[in-house]
Amino acid sequence: MNEVLMKVQDLSKHFTIETNFLGKPLSVLKAVDEVSFTIKKGEAFGLVGESGCGKTTLGKILVDLYSPTSGKIFFEGKELSALNKKQRRSYCKDIQMIFQDPYASLNPRMTIGDIIAEPIIINNLLPPSEVEERVIYLLNCVGLARHQRNRYPHEFSGGQRQRVGIARALAVEPKLIVCDEPVSALDVSIQAQVLNLLDDLKAEFGLTYLFIAHGLNVVKHISDRVGVMYLGKLMEIAPKRELYANPLNPYTQALLSAIPIINPEKKKERIILKGDVPSPINPPSGCRFCSRCFKELDRCKLNAPALREVSPDHWVACHLYD
Amino acid sequence: MLLEVKNLRTEFKLKRGTVTAVDDISFTIDKGEILAIVGESGSGKSVTSLSIMGLLQKPGRVAGGEINFKSQDLNKMSQKELQKIRGNQISMIFQEPMTSLNPVWRIKDQIMENIMTHMNISKKDALARTVEMLDTVGIPSPAERANDYPHQMSGGMRQRVMTAMALSCDPELLIADEPTTALDVTIQAQILELLYRMREKFNMAVLLITHDLGVVSEAADRVIVMYCGKIVEEADVKSLFAQPLHPYTVGLLKSIPQIDDESDERLYMIKGMVPNPLNMPSGCSFSDRCDSCMDRCTKEVPKLQEINGHKVRCFLYEAKEGELNVK
Ligand SMILES: Nc1ncnc2c1ncn2[C@@H]1O[C@H](COP(=O)(O)OP(=O)(O)OP(=O)(O)O)[C@@H](O)[C@H]1O
Ligand SMILES: Nc1ncnc2c1ncn2[C@@H]1O[C@H](COP(=O)(O)OP(=O)(O)OP(=O)(O)O)[C@@H](O)[C@H]1O
Ligand code: SF4
Ligand SMILES: [Mg+2]
Ligand SMILES: [Mg+2]
Repeated sequence: MNEVLMKVQDLSKHFTIETNFLGKPLSVLKAVDEVSFTIKKGEAFGLVGESGCGKTTLGKILVDLYSPTSGKIFFEGKELSALNKKQRRSYCKDIQMIFQDPYASLNPRMTIGDIIAEPIIINNLLPPSEVEERVIYLLNCVGLARHQRNRYPHEFSGGQRQRVGIARALAVEPKLIVCDEPVSALDVSIQAQVLNLLDDLKAEFGLTYLFIAHGLNVVKHISDRVGVMYLGKLMEIAPKRELYANPLNPYTQALLSAIPIINPEKKKERIILKGDVPSPINPPSGCRFCSRCFKELDRCKLNAPALREVSPDHWVACHLYD
Repeated sequence: MLLEVKNLRTEFKLKRGTVTAVDDISFTIDKGEILAIVGESGSGKSVTSLSIMGLLQKPGRVAGGEINFKSQDLNKMSQKELQKIRGNQISMIFQEPMTSLNPVWRIKDQIMENIMTHMNISKKDALARTVEMLDTVGIPSPAERANDYPHQMSGGMRQRVMTAMALSCDPELLIADEPTTALDVTIQAQILELLYRMREKFNMAVLLITHDLGVVSEAADRVIVMYCGKIVEEADVKSLFAQPLHPYTVGLLKSIPQIDDESDERLYMIKGMVPNPLNMPSGCSFSDRCDSCMDRCTKEVPKLQEINGHKVRCFLYEAKEGELNVK
């Protein structure tokens, strides 16, 4: 599992918030700001971080729903960001996304069976006579039953709709799936089914995942390596056990300390972050976390720390480890 | 008692037959209490809250029962009377923010409208209140972000906009349907802290629907577990986690990935699938998935029994002389 499947280099996505009367941008929101990392073939790369830090935006760039402001994306060694629209489209099937908001991403006028069948038919993956069997197989895979095939999305609960989204992504047999909060709408028993399913598919077909989630226990279970984002930047990347046992960046430390525990008798010691949540519109100069950091040094305000490898495979962006 | 739900039954009349999404459930919430509902996806949690709010969409309808809020039956009220209560005395954070935020309106206009409908204040003050609320839920640069349209915000920000809107009129009862699923744990802790503050300040009660048992454990006073439209267990939060009784609850707790688990073993799964609501197993609705299923379970429907405040619907237990006995 050392072959690189996807490599991202200095990737940025800026949104223009206001323009002046000439159309010149007045304020720019840096949703993703010079992010670099690799995803190896067959691994699950977990991505965690503060709400609004740019995880979904990053995922949407990888599946070509947003075009990056700058930076490069390589997939199987090929530079996707250098391809034209038509060439790029031939990679769309290989990189699929399971969306965070299942309701907004399912066509309300199609039955769920047709929603799953559509990408199979469009991409000509199976002879028409075999499509239906495949649809039922996929429904079963995600814990839905044959009798639900002809229902419409609004007839399902939130968690059930999320499973339809997962089945649709699996339908085209992609190589990489960007899973954006795929299980947070599910109860823990179905969550277990879906996580086991994702694990099986990974083992069986060598599928690779970029797994975005807030549930740190879920991320630990499913991932091989984990990246931590804060305000558009990657703050730390490490193999999962290393990250959970030995978090280096103070933001990672605060995040791990806030995991709720299932024991009402026990109260946990939390690192409470001071200060206001900074905005990606006017991010603090220097380290993005410095306005809330509890270990801040003088130089943190002045210049941004680079992501550096401080021990084998453990990368951190923080001046404490210069 | 602030809210009393009594024998509530909510049905969806479909061509294929009638789905009973909520099947004869009863519970109460006191002022200042946080009651959590957990349960299988599709077990009727959202439908319960929509029934309380009077916001069911056709073909759904409340087929029976009472919903008493401060001793008035909400189910007997006209939509006009309900509108005065909704967003004011009772407000709701919806499970899917994108379906309840208007995509073509700026965030601030949506929150301001709610404030101005229920509070007698000027437009300027309503805007100030809106920005203050966005700040309270941790939206950075709240004055600027108030001008955003919903699609310009991240999933977690939209969820917090819903929270800001729901809390903007200091409700007596907040129904929060998965209010923190899209939030990272630090902001989640902040939102739970905010709910606590609202309860201290205004004695606000919360009906908290969530899949996150960590959140339940930290935030709730009491917990209801639902399966297939029915309450299968109810207890105060400490007893529920210390001594879960119903086989479904036990299965749920076993399915959670443990943060201190260093093995890469497969997760425990409750066997089988949720039954077709039009074709429920006879007897106990969990019987086809239960490891303890007995002969009797497939023939009779177990009743919800209560001893010392801990309720359970399962034949493994029998209430006798003030004690629950395990068979
Ligand atoms: N289309 C857009 N136009 C303007 N701003 C946007 C747009 N999409 C996202 N943003 C902004 O970019 C930032 C990152 O958003 P993103 O959705 O990537 O966050 P996220 O990490 O997925 O958060 P969450 O965990 O809450 O889903 C946010 O400040 C968001 O408001
Ligand atoms: N418009 C509808 N038509 C038909 N059935 C419906 C409709 N809305 C809901 N249902 C059914 O009612 C049941 C309860 O749904 P509900 O949304 O309350 O589940 P839930 O417990 O909130 O689940 P989740 O945790 O996944 O959100 C589901 O089985 C669903 O299929
Ligand atoms: S009543 Fe029987 S089938 Fe139902 S949960 Fe109890 S033991 Fe299992
Ligand atoms: Mg997101
Ligand atoms: Mg729901």
